[in-house]
Formats: sequence, C-alpha cells, structure tokens
Amino acid sequence: MALKGNLRDFSTTQLLNLINLARKTGTLTIQDEDAQPNATACMSFKEGKLIYAHTGDESNNLAKILETTGKLTAEQARVIQTKAKGTNNKQLGYLLIQAGLVTQQDITQSVRHYILEVVYKLFTWTEGLFRFDANELPADHQITISIDLESVIMEGSRRLKEWEILQEELPDLDVALKFTDRPDARLQNINLTVEEWRVVSFVNPRNTIKQIAKANNLSDFEIRRIVYGMLQAGLVEFSRSVKTAVSPSQATAPTTKPQDTRQPIEQQPPAVKRSIVVRLIDRIRGI
Amino acid sequence: MQAVKMVITGPFSAGKTRFIGTISEIDVVSTERRITTSAEQIKDNTTVAMDFGRITVDDDLVLYLFGTPGQRRFDFMWDILSQGMLGFVVMIDSTKPETFREAKRILETFESYASTPYVIAANKQDMEDAWEPEDLRIILRLDSSIKILPCIAGNKESVKNVLLELLYSILEQIDQQEAQNQTD
Ligand SMILES: Nc1nc2c(ncn2[C@@H]2O[C@H](COP(=O)(O)OP(=O)(O)O)[C@@H](O)[C@H]2O)c(=O)[nH]1
Ligand SMILES: [Mg+2]
Repeated sequence: MALKGNLRDFSTTQLLNLINLARKTGTLTIQDEDAQPNATACMSFKEGKLIYAHTGDESNNLAKILETTGKLTAEQARVIQTKAKGTNNKQLGYLLIQAGLVTQQDITQSVRHYILEVVYKLFTWTEGLFRFDANELPADHQITISIDLESVIMEGSRRLKEWEILQEELPDLDVALKFTDRPDARLQNINLTVEEWRVVSFVNPRNTIKQIAKANNLSDFEIRRIVYGMLQAGLVEFSRSVKTAVSPSQATAPTTKPQDTRQPIEQQPPAVKRSIVVRLIDRIRGI
Repeated sequence: MQAVKMVITGPFSAGKTRFIGTISEIDVVSTERRITTSAEQIKDNTTVAMDFGRITVDDDLVLYLFGTPGQRRFDFMWDILSQGMLGFVVMIDSTKPETFREAKRILETFESYASTPYVIAANKQDMEDAWEPEDLRIILRLDSSIKILPCIAGNKESVKNVLLELLYSILEQIDQQEAQNQTD
C-alpha cells in the first residue's frame, strides 16, 4: 500500500524526515494540480538516501543539465540533443566523456546539482498530491547518486525561510529592472558574483526578471535572490515601462518549448538609431 | 527609456577603472580588491572585477560604460558583456610594451564577437616613457583606418575625446549602412 496524501497536511520536510528515519526505498511523486503543466516532481530513495529526482518536463536530459551548470555551451547542448535523440542519459554520459567534452566528475556534480535543485524547489510547494511507491526505482539507464537526507532537509528548510521572505519582497517576476536613477545611490564596493554579473548584463527596461532568469538558466528562487540583493544594494530598481515593450510573442512565453526559452529575451538591442548617437555626442561634448 | 552600452576593455592596469571613473556620474562599481585575494578557480562565490559607470543623456536615454575584468580566467565574461554593445574602447598602457601583445589578443577577441566600431586609447600619455600612438600602430600592426587616440585616463577632456571619436565612428558606420541599403 502506497503512502498517499496532500502537502497541505503533510509538508515536504516531514515526508523527507519520514523517508530518512524509516530508511525507505522507493519513489515519491508529487503533483501540483493547480500549477501549470510540468508541476510534477519525482524523487527516488534507496535506504533513506536521495538517489534521483526529476520534474515532469524534459529538463532531466543530461545535455540540458550540463548546460545549466555551464559544462556545455548552449550550442553544444542543442546539437547534442538533436543528434543524440533517443540516447539515454547513461549512454550519453559515456559518449560525452569519451569525446572529451566533459569529465566523469562534471557529470556527477551536475546531476547532483540538478537533483538538489528539484528537491529544494519542492520545499516551497504548499499544496499537491503526493504518493510514495515503495521499491519503485528509476530506470537502470538513469544516472543516480547518493545524498544524505539530513543535509538536504536542513538546506531545504533554510531556503524555505529565505524563499518566504523573497516571495514577499519580490512577488512579481513579470516586471523589468533598470539601473538606479538616484544620484546618491551608494554603489561603492559592491561585490558581484559571476552569476550576478550575468544578470547585470541583461538589466534593461525591456527584459522582465522572468526573461532574465530564463536566459541565464536560473530558477525563480535563484533570480529572486540575486535581484533582491541588487535592489538592496541600490544597483537596480523596478522599471515601470515594461508593459509597452512586451510583444505578444513574449507574453505567451510560458507555453513555448524549453529550447525556445532563450529567444524572447532582448540580448541584441535593435540597430541603434542615428539620432541616439547624435544625442550621445551632444551630451558628452557638454560634460 | 533606452539604455545603450559601451565596453571599455584592455589588459590589467591599462587604466580602465580610472577612465570610467573620470567620466561616470556615479561612483564606479569596482570589485578589484576582492579579486586579488581570491583563489585561482572560479567558485560560485568568486567575485569578478568589473567596472560599471553611467552617463545620463536625458529622461529617456542613458549610456552605460562597462569595464571588463582584466584576468584571463574571466574571458567568458567578455562574451556576455559584448552582447548589444554600441562600440568598444581598447585601453593600452603605453608605458608597458610587455602588455601590447595581450592588448592585441583582447582586441581580436572582441572583434570576433561583434562588428561594432572600436577605438584604441593609448593611455598614460602623461608619462615619460609612454609610446607614441603611431609607434603603437606599427608594433601592433593596426590598419590605418583604426583610430589610435592619445589618452590620459584621469583627464576629463582626454576621456571625452576618446568616447567622442568612438561615437563618430559609430555614426559613420550607421551612415555607410544606410547608404548601402539605399543602393540595394
Ligand atoms: N599617470 C597615469 N596613470 C594612470 C593613467 N590611467 C591609469 N593610471 C594608473 O594606473 C593604475 C592602473 O589603473 P586602473 O584604472 O586601475 O587600471 P585597470 O586595471 O585597467 O582598471 C592606477 O594606479 C591608475 O591610477 C594615466 O593616464 N596616467
Ligand atoms: Mg580596474
């Protein structure tokens, strides 16, 4: 008989605690009916240790995972996904190592990162049907690892608290950012991480926070954390002019396929108009 | 509101931070200090030395100046930075011939990212042992069509001149493209 219930009554933290203490083996499936498609997540455990997790979409493809962690470029990942269609993750892993594109360690680390991101995200779900199927494990061709649940539960709880704060501070990701206009902004000695600089380079009243996240393969949590930090530092502020700039194709972004997610973002501004350059010249001459 | 961007690049210590600081209306965000003490490998929390300055034109136009990180291991940031730039300035410390080769390499890398115009700033011209711009042209084997401008990064007029020359080149490119479109 499978364990069944709703996250309303029994939180992810409690479920993982149970699995850990009872050293259970099997797969936990959680489904959020209210959310958009893709709101299904599966986590597999072997004797109380987390060995695998994935969400309902295609994001568990190894090429995609390696792209997210920066081990493959977007172009490499795209080519591999097309050429190696139908190849399972384990086979693909061998091929990539043999081709010298990545190392065994790259794969393990990336898969670990992917699995943990899936699980940490689940901590933020407050609703959803769950079911634990004892002894059901991922297919043999999936790459599995082994992670102690204690550390996962601790980190997940920490993120949950942070998540709640961030959610409150930054409820809407469909707004755009701009660099701050306040001349008194205290901008000295800001230390930005690589990830933050990536975000900074996309800050533009035409790009919503959501689009920036997609372009950089960041989760809602990660982008919220970065943007919140930049808002706090006074580096950026919300831009109100975004509505007019979002084209109909951008507005339908959630239904586009994963491969298309990079397109809506404005990376290359439209060819610069002559008048803009003339204005810049006038301004700099006057300094 | 439109934001446009220019990139200021060049080897370590060429004068990028100084250049942006001279013209920017906000204090330059620079993370240099941290970088020198950080480990060799890029870890998640490693910070990248990069400068960021701003010139507001009017209510709906603003120019951002991005200085690139100098260290080689941050080369991947260049690609990110060069996206959508209007043009770029390659700064060279004219007193340090040992960095000229590196400057050329940086120039070529940026050229490969974007076909936007660029100029070269032969910086530190106030120093006695600075190479003259035209000597730099010869040693770097740069075409006569490429502007090599004398520069003193702490001097406002000098920095203005470099940015203006770059803008003139951008204007020229726009005019050429328009002329071409009309003949097509
Ligand atoms: N004399 C002189 N010193 C300069 C000039 N530009 C920069 N410097 C100095 O050269 C050093 C390196 O400059 P910095 O802007 O930090 O270089 P960056 O690494 O390219 O950002 C600093 O000590 C600056 O004060 C210049 O035009 N003339
Ligand atoms: Mg600097």
